[in-house]
Amino acid sequence: MALLEVEDLTVSFPTADGVVKAVRGVSFRVEPGQTLGIVGESGSGKTVLTQTLIGLTPGADINGKAVFDGTDLLQLSEAQLRRIRGARISVIFQDPLTSLHPLYRVGWQIAEMVRAHEASASRKEARDRAVDLLGRVGIPRPEQRVHDYPHQFSGGMRQRAMIAMALALAPKMIIADEPTTALDATVQAQILDLLLQLQEESDTALIMITHDLGVVADIADDVMVMYAGRAAEKGTKHQIFYESHHPYTKGLLESIPNSSVAADRLRPIPGQPPSLINLPAGCKFHPRCGYVLDRCVCAEPELVRIDAVADHGSACWLPAEAAGVGASAEKLREQAVREGRRGAAVEVAEAIAASPEVA
Amino acid sequence: MSITDLERQAQQAENAPVHAIEGRSQWSLTRQRLRRDKVAMASLAVIVIMVLLAIFAPAFAVLVHHPANAAYPITGENSAGQPVGPGTNGFWLGTDDTGRDLMVRVFYGARISLFVGIVTTAIATVAGVTIGMIAGYFGGIIDTILARVTDAVLAFPYVVLALALAVVFGPSLTIVIAVISFFSWAGIARIVRGQTLSLKEKEYIEAARSIGAGPLRIMFIDILPNLLAPVLVLATLYIPSAVVFESTLSFLGLGIQPPTASWGSMLSAAQPFYQTAWWFVVFPALALLITTLAFNLLGDGIRDAMDPTTERLVAARRRKGPRGSPSRSRNDDLDLIIAGDAK
Amino acid sequence: MTGQAPAASGDVLIRVDNLVKHFPVRTAGFINRTVGQVQAVDGVSLAIPRGTTLGLVGETGSGKSTLARCIAGLIPATSGTVHFEGRDITNLPRQRMAPFRRNIQMIFQDPYGSLNPRRRVGAIIGDPFAVHKTVPADERKRKVQDLMERVGLNPEHYNRFPAEFSGGQRQRIGVARALALRPKLIICDEPVSALDVSIQAQVLNLLADLQREYGLTYLFIAHDLEVVRHVSTSVTVMYLGKIAEAGPKNPVYDTPRHPYTAALLSAALAADPEAAAARQRIILTGDIPSPIDPPSGCRFHPRCPKAQELCGRQEPPLEVKAGDAATHLAACHFPVTAGEKLATASRRARP
Repeated sequence: MALLEVEDLTVSFPTADGVVKAVRGVSFRVEPGQTLGIVGESGSGKTVLTQTLIGLTPGADINGKAVFDGTDLLQLSEAQLRRIRGARISVIFQDPLTSLHPLYRVGWQIAEMVRAHEASASRKEARDRAVDLLGRVGIPRPEQRVHDYPHQFSGGMRQRAMIAMALALAPKMIIADEPTTALDATVQAQILDLLLQLQEESDTALIMITHDLGVVADIADDVMVMYAGRAAEKGTKHQIFYESHHPYTKGLLESIPNSSVAADRLRPIPGQPPSLINLPAGCKFHPRCGYVLDRCVCAEPELVRIDAVADHGSACWLPAEAAGVGASAEKLREQAVREGRRGAAVEVAEAIAASPEVA
Repeated sequence: MSITDLERQAQQAENAPVHAIEGRSQWSLTRQRLRRDKVAMASLAVIVIMVLLAIFAPAFAVLVHHPANAAYPITGENSAGQPVGPGTNGFWLGTDDTGRDLMVRVFYGARISLFVGIVTTAIATVAGVTIGMIAGYFGGIIDTILARVTDAVLAFPYVVLALALAVVFGPSLTIVIAVISFFSWAGIARIVRGQTLSLKEKEYIEAARSIGAGPLRIMFIDILPNLLAPVLVLATLYIPSAVVFESTLSFLGLGIQPPTASWGSMLSAAQPFYQTAWWFVVFPALALLITTLAFNLLGDGIRDAMDPTTERLVAARRRKGPRGSPSRSRNDDLDLIIAGDAK
Repeated sequence: MTGQAPAASGDVLIRVDNLVKHFPVRTAGFINRTVGQVQAVDGVSLAIPRGTTLGLVGETGSGKSTLARCIAGLIPATSGTVHFEGRDITNLPRQRMAPFRRNIQMIFQDPYGSLNPRRRVGAIIGDPFAVHKTVPADERKRKVQDLMERVGLNPEHYNRFPAEFSGGQRQRIGVARALALRPKLIICDEPVSALDVSIQAQVLNLLADLQREYGLTYLFIAHDLEVVRHVSTSVTVMYLGKIAEAGPKNPVYDTPRHPYTAALLSAALAADPEAAAARQRIILTGDIPSPIDPPSGCRFHPRCPKAQELCGRQEPPLEVKAGDAATHLAACHFPVTAGEKLATASRRARP
């Protein structure tokens, strides 16, 4: 049974400018000990999605189900959620400097976290746990460093301390929101390795939210690609990277500079991501899509299974067989475009072709 | 809806600049929030009425046939030579110690109070912004000197100086304005200096330097517009303190001199009569209280309206069900979340 | 060769010799005492031939941004020289810098912070015209709109505020502003690292087009190695204020000599699961030390998998290593040889 099963989750925020439709009907599952990578750009809703699961989206209109270990997280009261947050689901944020309190010692913060959830733990026990945890996440001389304040730690060490705190109560699931974005490459490699190693030791499930396809390629098992509040494509890491179906996934992969493709020019996705207040009609990606069909302009495709064997889903009107990066898939896509593009889509396609990024 | 309509919509979505959450200008958001703030709007109404009364004070004088400085020993005083109460002999708010129309004089007093309040605040704001901006932008020895001067001004006992000046030059409106302005700029300068220090670190200031802009251009074109919002709040809050300051000086006899009407000097003159003629004390005091309170409340309202962390939601709409606990309707959390996706 | 800029041949547009920038560290208090120096840039030399792109790579504390600001004349250098087209422009006062300023422009990292939120886009892009008075006021609007068109913005958005644009569009505004004076050198300080992947590629393509069209020279600062590889002609790798390795991009990427370069390259994450699984990673121990008190000898030695006793004692010169082209320099006593395995950790195979 899945550890977390999210079904048709919808989150929107009423604001003075209109309703921000941050998440629009997303379903996914996370198995124990597995890593789900959620990839998306700014405004794709990936952060709101996970914040909602742990009750950090006040004032939002939330619909759907999110069953974690038998309980629907969306039905819990604040007090009940507090007991789950940290103890059974913990979160690692992008910027450890703002997540650690600057005026308390690092060790104290970890110990306090333990004591908050385990009333039976004595002060001394909690302190010892903190030392032990700091050692586990690779902080040298932990028995001395527990007395340090966050500003005495470097960026990488602070992120290690955050991970120590996240691990303190042996959670079943960790949500890591861009945990390495603020770190340097060599430190990022250390942290990702640490996360994998700890995950293997304790069989924790991990949701890794990132904009960096490299991070996902490195540590995820399954991947969900989000665009404008929806899952554009969902599948195993292999499926997403080598048999991608959705033109957005394909576009993301192609726009990364890559030494193996000695191209002079990159192939960006034209245009800008849409505003979540004022979404385009039809498929939300169609104004930027090179394979736009007539139906894309007026009808939004559902995420459907495109693979008979494995659970590979894509929300795109292109035929299911047109998955992959090879020439045959490209031929299928072009054929679909020839057949499916008449009045409406032609102008969108012309507009894309005329945009400066492609010219 | 036809396909072509949808298509046009799609095109618009593509070409429209991204209407982000913070997409509108800060001023329009501020105005919108301010309009919803009932206390601030009521305060604004009070201030507008006060200004109108001040402007049309001579008209009121004509209306009731009681010029401001004219004494009415027959109708305005009773047989014992005491002021008459409100509503007596056509004196709507009664008369003062020499039998003058109190209402007309309170309105004339508003002219002085508002004039002094606005003029001194304007002078103090211009001086304070200039000095604070120069100190903050250039830093170093210039900053040290200006900061010490500011501290010295803030530490000076103003009544002593006002007393000395009044003795030397004789009390007058000019001296009042000079003294109040002199003691008001320092507070503004200090805050502007702090703001400038943080603005100076912004990347767009570096960008301006990288295209070769000089210090004057950077200060006036890049920094000043960003100071306007906090300075506006500050100025609104300085007006009432200047009004009180003027009344204090006049009360002490160091400010506006008789027979010119001023709330401070009226209160001063009313002292011996507080048991026999309550109106003589109450109406000028009430005018002073209402005016300063209105400015303070309006200033608070503007500050709240400019603060981006207040009320991002249309209403802190509590969700139905168990999650609607008030502890989580903190709006800064939501800001974090909305901003969270925007790297 | 120490202290000498590489690639002295050809038409060098900008040349930096032995540049040093130290920031004093003062105690906070009534009397400020200088208690140390942040050695942000410590003796860096480089030269960029006209029309090429030099990629400057480094992590936090490497001093790459400080170096860029010294070259742009935004902060004074402690010592060393900067020559632009053969003329010394080091620490010129603002008035005398003005003619060079037109030729050296910058694009900043943060598309949100580098545009004044209170000014209209047209005014921001037209700023260089107003400062240098190169274009009469009545022609400015047209010129600005031409620029907007050139960088892919809608010229009708002349009167909008920066907040009305997305990150990628804002970076285009920054590019238009840098382009206004037709500079010869543009210093790009992490111009795409704040942008989304799909937008990143748009801006990189725009920069490449502009380079071709106007014969621009770029100093391109980034921490993303793949981005640098894509845009650069040659690459300089900095570590704690010093150059670790420099040279044409292919030799540096294919046969890195400095263990730090090798580690950096191995830590870069490719968006390719199979490559990620196959890659032998060099996991460096520890964090980057503080530039206030950098390690003795080779600054990389406390984290270096190849470090020996000599490395902590003696600073290695930046020189050509055996078998390399004369333009490929590395500062290492024990350079990595081709095919050498430095990997200290390999990715465990996951089921």
